[in-house]
Amino acid sequence: MSEYTQADFKKGQPRWCPGCGDHFFLASLQKAMAEIGVAPENTAVISGIGCSSRLPHYMATYGMNTIHGRAAAIATGCKVSNPKLSVWQISGDGDGLAIGGNHFIHANRRNIDLKMILLNNRIYGLTKGQYSPTSPRGFVSKSSPYGTVEDPFRPAELCFGARGHFFARAVATDPTGTVDILKAAHAHKGAAVCEILQNCVIFNNGTHDSVYNKEGRAKNAIYLQHGKPMLFGENNEFGLMQEGFGIKVVKLGENGITEKDILIHDAHCEDNTLQLKLALMEGPDFPIALGVIRDVEAPTYDDAVNAQIEEVKSAKKYHNFAELLETNDIWEVK
Amino acid sequence: MANNLEIKNLDSVAVRFSGDSGDGMQLAGNIFSTISATVGNSISTFPDYPADIRAPQGSLTGVSGFQVHIGAGKVYTPGDKCDVLVAMNAAALKTQYKYAKPGAAIIIDTDCFKKADLEKAQFATEDPIAEMNIDPDRVIACPLTTMVKDCLKDSGMDNKSVLKCRNMFALGLVCYLFDRDLNIAFNFLKEKFAKKPGVAEANIKVIQAGYDYGHNTHSSVANVYRIESKEKVKGRYMDITGNKATAYGLIAAAEKAGLRLYLGSYPITPATDVLHELSKHKSLGVTTVQCEDEIAGCASAIGASFAGALGCTSTSGPGICLKSEAMNLAVILELPLVVLDVQRGGPATGLPTKSEQTDLLQALYGRNGESPMPVLAATSPTDCFDAAFDAAKIALEYMTPVVLLTDAYVANGSAAFKLPDLKDYPEIKIPYVPEELKGKWTPYMRNENGVRYWAVPGRKGFTHILGGLEKDNKTGAISTNPENHDLMCRLRAQKIANIQVPDLQVEGDQDAELLIVGFGSTYGHLHAAMDEMRAQGKKVALAQFKYINPLPKNTAEVLKKFKKVVVAEQNLGQFAGYLRMKIDNFVPFQFNEVKGQPFVVSELVENFNQVYNK
Repeated sequence: MSEYTQADFKKGQPRWCPGCGDHFFLASLQKAMAEIGVAPENTAVISGIGCSSRLPHYMATYGMNTIHGRAAAIATGCKVSNPKLSVWQISGDGDGLAIGGNHFIHANRRNIDLKMILLNNRIYGLTKGQYSPTSPRGFVSKSSPYGTVEDPFRPAELCFGARGHFFARAVATDPTGTVDILKAAHAHKGAAVCEILQNCVIFNNGTHDSVYNKEGRAKNAIYLQHGKPMLFGENNEFGLMQEGFGIKVVKLGENGITEKDILIHDAHCEDNTLQLKLALMEGPDFPIALGVIRDVEAPTYDDAVNAQIEEVKSAKKYHNFAELLETNDIWEVK
Repeated sequence: MANNLEIKNLDSVAVRFSGDSGDGMQLAGNIFSTISATVGNSISTFPDYPADIRAPQGSLTGVSGFQVHIGAGKVYTPGDKCDVLVAMNAAALKTQYKYAKPGAAIIIDTDCFKKADLEKAQFATEDPIAEMNIDPDRVIACPLTTMVKDCLKDSGMDNKSVLKCRNMFALGLVCYLFDRDLNIAFNFLKEKFAKKPGVAEANIKVIQAGYDYGHNTHSSVANVYRIESKEKVKGRYMDITGNKATAYGLIAAAEKAGLRLYLGSYPITPATDVLHELSKHKSLGVTTVQCEDEIAGCASAIGASFAGALGCTSTSGPGICLKSEAMNLAVILELPLVVLDVQRGGPATGLPTKSEQTDLLQALYGRNGESPMPVLAATSPTDCFDAAFDAAKIALEYMTPVVLLTDAYVANGSAAFKLPDLKDYPEIKIPYVPEELKGKWTPYMRNENGVRYWAVPGRKGFTHILGGLEKDNKTGAISTNPENHDLMCRLRAQKIANIQVPDLQVEGDQDAELLIVGFGSTYGHLHAAMDEMRAQGKKVALAQFKYINPLPKNTAEVLKKFKKVVVAEQNLGQFAGYLRMKIDNFVPFQFNEVKGQPFVVSELVENFNQVYNK
């Protein structure tokens, strides 16, 4: 049992707009941290810039609200040099995938033990409403009055393309689902990307409407659980089956389909092909996948760096500066 | 270290070409000395033929060597040991390495270091570099034969004739290293092979390819520039380059401070050797991360400092451009950070392997907002050690990013380094937040030096948030209050102004007619110029700045004491302008040069004499 409560992680009065998804996520993060039980002083929450990057100000942990896009890079140095810390990186879709895209992919590739939270509202809120790299093609915003002419990133695709080993998704307004994936992210050793679908009430209201409330999720989302059949719908009447190279939605009882025909979720499968297909599902034809989609063990960068230091320490004979000097060719002037 | 300095530079370099007797080493050496003689160098050469003329190919007894010593002044000997050793095969390396100075550049043809070659040369292992205890950083290993074959694949020449051109590739590479004009070599070959234009053309093509290879791989030679003290001080010495000394200085400072050393970096000429050097010393707990870009190099170092390490990042000018935003973050976070800028020719990609002092104003001011930044400039290869130690000490004691300026000249230059004893170096007193402040502490509370206390994650009772947004001086919360912002800007500026730096020293004649002023790596050349003028009977002094921001407290007093002052620097007047801004009514003469090359003492003397006689 954790010795902490949600209150131990709370600080200050958030200043986000009323109804902003960040409020919901913040509460879930504090709850998850309390349940995880790492002490606030051993936790660092590091963000970039943007609405969501204000989050560390409301955490009673160590924190940094840094510069635009660099949270993953800053968190990398923090984790590598002080591996005891539990390091959480908070970014929005602009911060994490546009200006910080390079750091996002490399943190995943290196598999640094960072909990990488991507608060995705598909808009730049702090700069008052421009399209982001996750805004859909044709999206109309202040900087795209005639609609965007570019395709968005799909965060899971980017994470998997960068050899990411953990990807989970939750809706900000779903505390249980959010707390669940945050705890799973913490339990996973390595880079763990959590995409949080959230609304921007001011500049992109309704962007995740189909799954933003409980009723919507019952109809339009599927909660994936490792080892469980992929069933969804208000009465679990639908399921997912493999068809050729793809996935199809089926109704139980139709065409003789029973529960045993339904795919069983394997988050630990190293091959990410099916996990990617699940992560990319979109309405209206498919449910949106929530929960832990991929969770595969792999060596972490921070562990490897520190293990290598220990290894070299025992292999080499010099361990301080004076001994280092002696490894050189030395002559004496008498 | 002040008196009796001797600078050796390009003026005196020995190159040893070695290979099989049939490899044409003498021809390569001859052409190199011809080129050098044509541009006015004096030369001395020394052929070293094998005793056994018909020794088997690749064998130890079949190695022939040819040493060329070039110099601006009189060169009487071919040089005892060489600064560059070309070893065309394994046997050449085995037999000729003894003629190389410590730290000499070693050019090898990896195509002739295959298993059979190594056996013939009687190497015991498959790694001859390690076996001979050669620093791999100094080895320019290129698949020379492969590249020559590829270069001449359409020439219609037979294999034997193609292989005869290998020496020209090595020559081209050496010409690149020493900035030789290839046209002289081309003319030489056209004459020599006047009756065989095909051969001349092939040789020319290969020389050019060797030169381009050097250019493409940013090959460089350490030890080309050496600063020696004529005065012998008793003690134990090693040979050190500026980059290695910088790395050692950071290691020493971290050890003295009891902190983990973290370097976040991205490869860039001419700074990469610092990343190489630090990456070797994991047994001292040094952590190096080769990041995805320059930005991440700096950003991750800030993260490391936040987490309680000594965060450092190393780069050259173009990298500073990219790191600027993160450096500025460190200014407002008030976290320690050492930023090493090994300056090279600019702007943009500029002259990657060449040396300038053109990043000074960028280091001082190249950021948005009021962004005070301590700046130090190392004055010699060995001073890189002290300067790096000082930069880290200032960063930790004043909780600030610090820029350490070196440059390609001082970074690749070398000198005899008297082994330092850390006991002789000052303590580094880190302003950790005192335990008794628990419960009362806020992140921007300051000590008597105006320095914010450091609360490292892991300490209970001191959780806090830092950030790039302006903070309230008292509460540490985000604040846009105009009075508070004004105050914070002043507090950050005052903190940097509070940094204690040693007084400026005046060398030479205290009652001089002319004071020479420089900063950083030009010290040796300016000192030599002063010595020469004093030898001519003139009253001259030198004040060399190492601490640029803050300036030594006696700066104005010193500069105004002399009738004439000339500021000499390798840019178009950045330091002179800075001094004019800082000191009322200070109007110095200027000597500026931006050639990517170190100063030439005779030109300095000529120019300073004109000022002197005005």
